[in-house]
Amino acid sequence: MIAANLPALQVVLPLVAAPICVIFRRATAPWLLATAISWAALLVALAILLQVAETGLWSYEVGGWPAPWGIEIRIDLANAFVLLIITVISAIVMPYARHSVAAEISEDKAPLFYSMYLLCFCGLLGITVTGDAFNLFVFLEISSLSSYVLIAMGKDRRAVTAAYQYLIMGTIGATFYLIGVGLLYHVTGTLNMADLAARIEPIEELRTVHAAFAFLIIGLAIKAAIFPLHMWLPNAYCYAPSVVTAFLAATATKVSIYVLIRVTTSVFTPQFSFDVVDVGYVLAPLALIAMLVASTIAIFQTNVKRLLAYSSVAQIGYMILGVSLGTVAGLTAGLVHLFNHAMIKGGLFLALGCIFLRVGAISINNMIGLGRVMPWTMAAFVLGGLSLIGVPLTTGFISKWLLIQASLELGLWIFAVLIVVSSILAIVYVWRIVELAYFRDRAEPAEGEPKVTEAPPIMLIPTWLLILANVYFGIDTDLTVGVAQRAAEVLMGGAP
Amino acid sequence: MFEPGLYNYWIVVFLMMTGFFVVISRGNLVKKIVGLNIFQTSVFLLYITMGKVDEGTAPILDDRFTAYSNPLPHVLILTAIVVGVATSALGLALVVRIREAYGTVEEDEIAKADEEDAET
Repeated sequence: MIAANLPALQVVLPLVAAPICVIFRRATAPWLLATAISWAALLVALAILLQVAETGLWSYEVGGWPAPWGIEIRIDLANAFVLLIITVISAIVMPYARHSVAAEISEDKAPLFYSMYLLCFCGLLGITVTGDAFNLFVFLEISSLSSYVLIAMGKDRRAVTAAYQYLIMGTIGATFYLIGVGLLYHVTGTLNMADLAARIEPIEELRTVHAAFAFLIIGLAIKAAIFPLHMWLPNAYCYAPSVVTAFLAATATKVSIYVLIRVTTSVFTPQFSFDVVDVGYVLAPLALIAMLVASTIAIFQTNVKRLLAYSSVAQIGYMILGVSLGTVAGLTAGLVHLFNHAMIKGGLFLALGCIFLRVGAISINNMIGLGRVMPWTMAAFVLGGLSLIGVPLTTGFISKWLLIQASLELGLWIFAVLIVVSSILAIVYVWRIVELAYFRDRAEPAEGEPKVTEAPPIMLIPTWLLILANVYFGIDTDLTVGVAQRAAEVLMGGAP
Repeated sequence: MFEPGLYNYWIVVFLMMTGFFVVISRGNLVKKIVGLNIFQTSVFLLYITMGKVDEGTAPILDDRFTAYSNPLPHVLILTAIVVGVATSALGLALVVRIREAYGTVEEDEIAKADEEDAET
């Protein structure tokens, strides 16, 4: 009974738990609930992944209505892989959240925080599992609306303006997506993705289909923060509460990129996306510019959170570059980096959250001498930074290696050169922090000022779990590359 | 090009561009939300228009009629309207909080206040 309904359970669990959180008045009970739900969701995702790895595709009819009339949950290896990313991050972030949330959000608002968090979690999972284009829009808005609220909960007043800005951009993006789906419905009369794919193929010369494709891509590009539509991202990540930044940076943009992949390869055929209209010609240059420009901007940031946010824009460039190549190798690199970047940025932002808890600010000058007073946190930060740069034996290296291979396979050596250049820029911005943290002495705290100490273990352990995952998946790539490769083959239409 | 059947679509395009322009050009945060609403409404109209079937009536089964309008877009748009209302409500709530924190709802004045913050 439960085993047969796992795909629905994946979404329903957090959806049901979210309103329950609101009835509590203190932070502990909702936190326990959210943590339990996150771990349950992780188990469900693992069960789904194992099942799908065996059977290849899991189609589930919601409410017993057969597709294409009813809403279909359709999980193949690609979704299962993304589900795993989201649930792993949530399962690690939630135990960490307790102290961080207590420090940054007032006790009476904490239940609302966990409620919104679960809704956002539910939305992201829903986007990932659904096989229905309109249902995807609904989940997209569930996750977006709740993430606006989460960002606005930041302490700084600029958090509210950042959330507002994100709301405007995000709504435009989602509405563009809606227009695209509407135009497709107009010419095909269906909303089911598999059904859409079958019906679009004979009419793919129609102007309406091309317009729909453009609307979908631009709408999703806003949500995925593809350069130059990333303007909402730095402020949103910078002023949101630490937990929210870590969670959103590791999952939200990834899910949008997954949808982009889904639209270009499953709703439209890869032949249409990469030969007829060739979206690669638009995405690849933007990805390359993002890698170089955003990395350069990151070097000049004085707020470390904002620095990492710009680095995220650059890293999204890597993923999009992989997708834009339009080959199995490119898509594999993109999917692997989806996973790896979630580990890297999740770990880094969690480490920053530890620093924020103890120091109370994360300007670059606050990092001076931290290597000595918070050795474990800073060590985690350095390891994460190394992975961000792409040093061998870390996940970052695996992503870049695959990406360079995929570029060279197509003879695009210039792409490979630019990837290396962008990595060098990453060395510069990571080194700036390392230098301050380890090679400068921290000023003695003034009279009455609390001494900065190491973060509590309950925050350090989740941080280190993600950081160690970076090292582990940098050495053993069976899970990441193996699954991503098979997923990419399925998506590109090859034999699974 | 100007067939009467396409009348609705012209309205859709006009509303869409108006709303989009208001969102981009206005510096007042409340007006931006208004623009966003117009933008979204145009999409609702787009969906409802495409559900119309020539000579079709409301989709309630009855012996006297044979042609019915397609009800699916209407249902979809009911959902989208709910989403739109939620977005406006949240957007306006944020504007209230911005006004409490900054004492203004003008974008340029907020940017100025933020710059002063950054300097100190």
